[in-house]
Amino acid sequence: MDSITTIALASIITAGVTTTFGTMMPAIGEGRAVSSALSSIAQQPDAAPTITRTLFVGLAMIESTAIYCFVVSMILIFANPFWNYVLAN
Amino acid sequence: MDLSPDQTIFWEYGFITINLTLVTTWGVMLVLIVSSWLVTRKLKTDIQISRWQCFLEMIVTGINTQIEEVGLSKPERYIGFIGTLFLFIFVSNIGIILPGYSPPTGSLSTTAALALSVFLAVPFFGISESGFGGYLKSYLQPTWIMLPFNIIGEVSRTLALAVRLFGNIMSGGMIVAILLSISPFIFPIIMNMLGLLTGTVQAYIFSILATVYIAAAIRNSKEKTKSKVITT
Repeated sequence: MDSITTIALASIITAGVTTTFGTMMPAIGEGRAVSSALSSIAQQPDAAPTITRTLFVGLAMIESTAIYCFVVSMILIFANPFWNYVLAN
Repeated sequence: MDLSPDQTIFWEYGFITINLTLVTTWGVMLVLIVSSWLVTRKLKTDIQISRWQCFLEMIVTGINTQIEEVGLSKPERYIGFIGTLFLFIFVSNIGIILPGYSPPTGSLSTTAALALSVFLAVPFFGISESGFGGYLKSYLQPTWIMLPFNIIGEVSRTLALAVRLFGNIMSGGMIVAILLSISPFIFPIIMNMLGLLTGTVQAYIFSILATVYIAAAIRNSKEKTKSKVITT
């Protein structure tokens, strides 16, 4: 295998693994956050605006980890620096 | 495939480059400025107001209420910054319904600039509220051991703000582009509607997070002075 095949193989596999775990774990976290927020809204409907706002901010925080994984895999596939380096030489 | 609208270049001379991001940013700014100038040209205090003035008052009151609920007691001081952030991001995300438009928030340079302005606004409002020393003391909360972590947090949350907005908007555009090559008839429209929802939520989240950061800086320094008053 020459170096460009190795880089392509490693990039594709790593992008797949990154997206897998980067969507799985934040999905679990967001599910737990939403379910506990829903049950607390059901218990105290008066506090619904506060809970919703805090939930949105928390969801954004959790979601940003998934977005990091997405950006890393996009860089690996579409703008891979090692690939460009090998192609330039 | 284009990762960002930075790569669509219209005109280039030396180090000056006019790309699609720049054009859409100035377009959104123009739309916001001209529409608010047109509405606020003839303001009235009668019972009968024009429908556009009513609309604008609804927006301003809504943003004021949101800022106040987060914990900033004088929202009139902060709406100039936070409301502008919200309206700019909202309008530039909503613009994806126009054909040939690509949102300027889908480029990392725009979101990095927005996040940097939040990064600078936090010490600005903190210092103007409680003085230079009072703001610096907020880095020593709760003890001085937390100083390096507070500084790291300041930098990393700026990075998180930039990458979160960029990633969300860029992923929406990219999913539509990929789906256009697979099933070009109905399905991209549904994903575009999802993009509208994501854009609205992201605009809300960006401005709420900026408010939370400013409120945290002010509250920390206030608590410090309050506890000093109690102890003396």
